[in-house]
Amino acid sequence: MPPLSHAAITTVARAHWGRILAALVKQFGDFALAEDALQDAVVAAMTAWDPKIPDAPDAWLITTARRRALDRVRADQTLARKSPEIAYFIAHQQSDPEEAPVTIPDKRLEMLLTCCHPSLDAKTQIALTLRTLGGLTAEEIAHAYLDKPATMAQRLSRARVKIKAAGIPYRVPDPADLPARADAVMQVIYLIFNEGYLASSGDTLLRRDLSTGAICLGHILYDLMPDMAEPAGLLALMLANDALAPARQSTGGAMIPLETQDRSLWRHAQISLADQILQTTLTRGQIGPYRLQAAISALHGQAATWDTTDWPQIAMLDSLLCRVQPTPVVQLNHAVAVSYADSAKAGLQLLDALAEPLADYSNFHAAKADFLARDGQRKAAGDCFLIAINLTGNAANRAFLQAKKQRLMLH
Amino acid sequence: MQHMCIIYTTEGTGPQPGSDDWGPFMQGYQDFTAKVTQDGKLVHADALQPTQTATTVSMRDGKMHTTDGPFAETKEQLGGYYLLDCADLDEAMKYAAMIPTSAYGRIEVRPVMVWDN
Repeated sequence: MPPLSHAAITTVARAHWGRILAALVKQFGDFALAEDALQDAVVAAMTAWDPKIPDAPDAWLITTARRRALDRVRADQTLARKSPEIAYFIAHQQSDPEEAPVTIPDKRLEMLLTCCHPSLDAKTQIALTLRTLGGLTAEEIAHAYLDKPATMAQRLSRARVKIKAAGIPYRVPDPADLPARADAVMQVIYLIFNEGYLASSGDTLLRRDLSTGAICLGHILYDLMPDMAEPAGLLALMLANDALAPARQSTGGAMIPLETQDRSLWRHAQISLADQILQTTLTRGQIGPYRLQAAISALHGQAATWDTTDWPQIAMLDSLLCRVQPTPVVQLNHAVAVSYADSAKAGLQLLDALAEPLADYSNFHAAKADFLARDGQRKAAGDCFLIAINLTGNAANRAFLQAKKQRLMLH
Repeated sequence: MQHMCIIYTTEGTGPQPGSDDWGPFMQGYQDFTAKVTQDGKLVHADALQPTQTATTVSMRDGKMHTTDGPFAETKEQLGGYYLLDCADLDEAMKYAAMIPTSAYGRIEVRPVMVWDN
């Protein structure tokens, strides 16, 4: 049998990391101790698992981590005195942890809520969530966010100290407070996803890790909050957007706009899954921004070609989204949908109010140029294309706009 | 665990003595103090005289220096505090948001240090 690679062990450990760590934190009431002990267990697995990964790697990891935690506590008596949970655990421990049946309670929701507590700053919430539930190392997180590894490690350790010292609770809040806290969790997950999905800087492979990590977190939240509709919407949104990823970049790494993507490259099964998840929420509660965006993404994903896109439906959803999230960019998307669903003239009318807030936004001028050209106003369209081309910093986007300008102007 | 809710406000803003808002504002403080007492959360609370009454003292090379006024001339000044015994930060934050000055100034919530031994 070939020796197990460290990468294979890391993959298994990462898959179970969040769930095991959440259970350990709940048990010991000490974030730093739990994380150090689990890290010890993963290191131990590197030698102990040769030549083969055990049948229940999660049970092996949590049992070893519990034992390592006890070793650490015994070596540091002040730690044992400090935490009544640890004292209780020592008093009631099994003589041999391996004999006890291993159950791992699912405390990941508590963990997510703790990591995304409003008393932690936004960047810390993201980093802590990735480290604690995504199993990424401080070094990987630093890399993804273009930070120094030492700075990131310090940020994480300060957060753990604050959680303990300030008494940030490790529990699901009262129903009255839950929606607001769940919103914060969803925002963190979506930021992580978009960092991986949209950002143009950094290591491509790590970017992919961020997106898939965010989708994993989205799955956790969706599973743990089955009665809330927006977590389902968030998961569907990420799945639908991520499904287009294979068609979004040329071999040279340039971004390809939706309009000209090769749709045969899309992950169609994933688009169907997003749609299925959305369908289950149709009758539930007030419609929120994630569900609306997911529905829009799914409609784009279901269109066989740009020309057969269901624009009337998208325009309707966009107008609802404008109500719950009245930002200029959302309004611009609405205008684009209306220009196809209704007429280019109708789209142009909606742009008037956006001219000022989006004056420096290349996509605004590109959309306006497109509407003008389709409305037969060639001269004005040409001027608008030039503004859009000058405003974009992205070479691929510039080439796309130049080609589009040429195509529309020749008609 | 104990959390101190430290009340910061820009002096001269918010309800002032003699204005129509003053009575309800002070009543708000009385109600809040009654509530934290009733809930069994209150350890101690005080309001401070305005910063114009403050004297700042320091010792350098064995010599005492005094300054007339608060230690830092910042816009927002410490005006008082509630020391509360809460289950966790969430509970402390909830009470902090009920302090009448939270609508005009800001409340800093800090855990009290617990010494080992």
